[in-house]
Amino acid sequence: MPVKEYIGLSKIDGPLIFIKKVKNISYNEVVEITYKGSSRFGQVVMLSNDTAVIQVFQGTEGLSIDKTSIRFLGRPLEIKLSEDILGRTFNGIGMPIDEGSRIIRGEYRDINGEPINPASRMYPRNYIETGVSAIDLLMTVVRGQKLPIFSGNGLPHNRLAVQITRQARIKGEERGRFAIVFAAMGIKHDSARYILSSFEESGALKNVVTFLNLADDPTIERIATPRVALTAAEYLAFEKGMHVLVIMTDMTNYCEALRELSTARGEVPSRKGYPGYLYSDLASMYERAGMIKGKKGSITQLPILSMPNDDITHPIPDLTGYITEGQIVLDRDLYRKGVYPPINILLSLSRLMKDSIGEGYTRLDHPHVYSQLFAAYSRVHEVRALASIIGEEELIDLDKMYMKFGKAFEEEFITQGEDENRAMEETLDIAWKVLGYLPKEELTRISRDEIERFYNKRED
Amino acid sequence: MEQKTGKLYMINGPVVKADNTSSFMMHEVVRVGKIGLIGEIISLEDDRATIQIYEETTGLKIGEPVRSSGKLLSVMLGPGMIGNVYDGIQRPLEVLRNRSGDFLKRGVEVLPIDFKHEWDTEILIKDGDTVKPGQIIATVDETSSFTHRIMIPPGVSGTVNNVRTSGRYTVDTVIAEIDDGGDKYNLTMFQNWPVRTPRPYKKRLAVDEPLITGQRVIDTFFPLNKGGAACIPGGFGTGKTILQHQFAKWSDADVIVYIGCGERGNEMTEVLEEFPELKDPRNGKPLMERTILIANTSNMPVSAREASIYTGVTIAEYFRDMGYHVAVMADSTSRWAEALREISGRLEEMPAEEGFPPYLSSRLADFYERAGKVSALGNESLGSVSIIGAVSPPGGDFSEPVTTHTKRFTRCFWALDKSLANARHYPAINWLTSYSENIGDVKEWYSKTVSRDFFKLRNEALALLNEDDRLQQIIKLVGEDVLPDDQKLTVRAASLIKIGFLQQNSYSKVDCFASLNKQYKMLKIMLVFYEKARELISLGVAISEILKGSILNTLMRMKEEVSNDNVEKITAIGKELESFCMALKKKYSGKPDNM
Repeated sequence: MPVKEYIGLSKIDGPLIFIKKVKNISYNEVVEITYKGSSRFGQVVMLSNDTAVIQVFQGTEGLSIDKTSIRFLGRPLEIKLSEDILGRTFNGIGMPIDEGSRIIRGEYRDINGEPINPASRMYPRNYIETGVSAIDLLMTVVRGQKLPIFSGNGLPHNRLAVQITRQARIKGEERGRFAIVFAAMGIKHDSARYILSSFEESGALKNVVTFLNLADDPTIERIATPRVALTAAEYLAFEKGMHVLVIMTDMTNYCEALRELSTARGEVPSRKGYPGYLYSDLASMYERAGMIKGKKGSITQLPILSMPNDDITHPIPDLTGYITEGQIVLDRDLYRKGVYPPINILLSLSRLMKDSIGEGYTRLDHPHVYSQLFAAYSRVHEVRALASIIGEEELIDLDKMYMKFGKAFEEEFITQGEDENRAMEETLDIAWKVLGYLPKEELTRISRDEIERFYNKRED
Repeated sequence: MEQKTGKLYMINGPVVKADNTSSFMMHEVVRVGKIGLIGEIISLEDDRATIQIYEETTGLKIGEPVRSSGKLLSVMLGPGMIGNVYDGIQRPLEVLRNRSGDFLKRGVEVLPIDFKHEWDTEILIKDGDTVKPGQIIATVDETSSFTHRIMIPPGVSGTVNNVRTSGRYTVDTVIAEIDDGGDKYNLTMFQNWPVRTPRPYKKRLAVDEPLITGQRVIDTFFPLNKGGAACIPGGFGTGKTILQHQFAKWSDADVIVYIGCGERGNEMTEVLEEFPELKDPRNGKPLMERTILIANTSNMPVSAREASIYTGVTIAEYFRDMGYHVAVMADSTSRWAEALREISGRLEEMPAEEGFPPYLSSRLADFYERAGKVSALGNESLGSVSIIGAVSPPGGDFSEPVTTHTKRFTRCFWALDKSLANARHYPAINWLTSYSENIGDVKEWYSKTVSRDFFKLRNEALALLNEDDRLQQIIKLVGEDVLPDDQKLTVRAASLIKIGFLQQNSYSKVDCFASLNKQYKMLKIMLVFYEKARELISLGVAISEILKGSILNTLMRMKEEVSNDNVEKITAIGKELESFCMALKKKYSGKPDNM
């Protein structure tokens, strides 16, 4: 198809440019914008009669109305893919920015992908052992799941993500064809460097594909970054049969870029100025996780988002929670107490774990211990609230036991070292040790047989 | 027919505009662009039309054609729907998969029902009979447990000729000709019906029978009627979907239509993998043999999400017209409302609350009013459509528009509570804020079918829970220790009901479904325990003595340890309770006299 080129714009408005009297342009087509010899990229976001509205990924700074030239490339935004992308670093729209050469062999893929037919999906049942007790027992991660980390500024989400990536393994399976796709959206240079250097230390770097849009990179480019990354992940998972872990950080920056663009387009805003389609937009990315019948690979997503003001009801964590299969919530109070990983157990959840735990998967007592720990820890919170009013001394004996349990639960069970890699059995045994502070009769969610087998009263 | 063609002049995401469309109909289905995307006309002005497109619009160009189909957005109704998984506009996903692979391609047209399959058909009419709309004229055993009744479509009547004899036919076979004095109508086994128009019925009836779900907190405390509508609001992680799955599995409806509207793909897969394995508790057949799934996951096009709930409820009405009880689960109607909002925004309509269009409440009313128990057209059999709509309020805030409007049009309100869910108290239905306006209508049914004192027990239990809530406020401030023994007992008895009765484990083989009889017996014995213990306390027995015994633990574990077919075991537990109390009574009543 002949490439169409036009010179001159009719309007520049924020990240958008308007161009009139164009013909035969298609929706979502990519354009190359050249001004004074330097070029940048954009995408058609609206067509009306003979006017095209284009969002410019690198921003419109320095463009002029009369001398800017626009080339319509006749294709949607695409990325060239082959196995050569492993170990490489790209910018936010998929162009190599490391010393390596261009990707020469390979096929082009539309970054928007296509929705997986629900009838083709395979229900994820393989649990991933992360070696982190709180996660393995209470919010077990399953291959093909999307499980975000809800965090806040200054909390150790990157350290936790790195620990999970380093330790993640599937029982009884060789590490084999495992890849990491890392998409950075608007994060600081040091955070990116920390994550990449820890991949390097673990020797995994040759299996990592990195897409970097850092804090000082163009904002609008961020809209493409997760899509480019997921297109690469889909290629590796469903064409090359690899198990891909996608880490996307920070989704909050992505959503803010989307809001900026939506406002520039004059759209009716919904909550907090975010566009009404934020849910659909996030879903179009998160739903790209999963497994497909008859295909070997899988995509597991671990998006990280910082909750503005630690507010879990903010539209970004809220809508994310409605789409993803659970969440891992980090807690500032726990972190202040010196608990690492500071996971807020009561707010965290994994929706897919129920079919991947228990007999035949982990250990038969896992589902019941899981349920009991939640119930007991939730009681601990009530007792603590009471103790802060009437004083710990005034509590009845049973409540004192709960206080002891709560302390041990946080200090012995949740707390662990950044390099400490606990096996599932070990995690369950620690859980029983902690439950030993409670009398047998309180363990109503555990079957009598299991109590018989695993329970030991703790006297200290 | 001459094919009418318009021309695109504007493209903005899923909304496009075309001109030269003056002869197009409102809500007509059109094919857009060279690739043939499926769209629906949503507004007409002069010779310009606004169209919402049910597929991704990437690559469309100004000037591409828009072709008319002459049909409103409709569903195709006939044998072969049961057990299917459809997208929002009734395209079977398995067929799409065979046609175009694991990812959804665009512009693919497929038939909703299989025209090749030959069904064993029993014809019930003969030449010369007069037929009227809704009359059942043939039956097909669609699955081993479900008989599909073929009806005369609404609006068709007359004398039948050339009737075929019973035999094996495909759905498009003309099984009779109907002569209404003028035109001839070729009667086949399928019919089309526009999704946005409710199907006609003869008369709406009072809803006086509960839909039994096997979930104790619902059946006993907040029952839903066959033909009623319920609203389940809850923030993320409160268990809406699991509860909807429970209803789909255990409700005593004849047909289940499950609409996954803008939800997770993996959850639909779970249903797809699990349902064929599960047995219907009423007849032991696979649950899939009574289920139709509509899956429009959150990454599928947003306009099809808007259509999906209409597609689902129209299918449900069709089965209702055959005289079946149908239950529709819509998960989640918030996603549907958001789709409305998104499209409204693209149309640059003036927004009302939170950016939702002003017609949100009337659309919700239209949808929920399609629930009901009716006497069907033409065959006068009783059928019902019950709708259970999940709502996902942003931030778990029930004062947002979708929840408040849904509340206005539903009579059951099952509020899911974040703090219950955090304590893993499932189903996390809050017993204080939930309600059912159906109690008055079903009272008689319960006292006839289960027991005369059923509602008396229910009210006692609710009063106990209310009293407990008041005491919990005090406990929060000063601790349980300072309460007098009788109030301590109230707290313990309420906790017994909360843990032993309201909590129900949907993954447990025994506990996932509780028969009404089991529910009744469980509640009764718990209240007997409360009554007897109160009596003991008034005699001066210390509460610690009562709690020390193993009886409380036994009552707590009843739900897991007594199966539905062995409810008599509860009578034995009752005896144990009796002797435990007697022993305590003896011990205490003896003392003061001797001293």
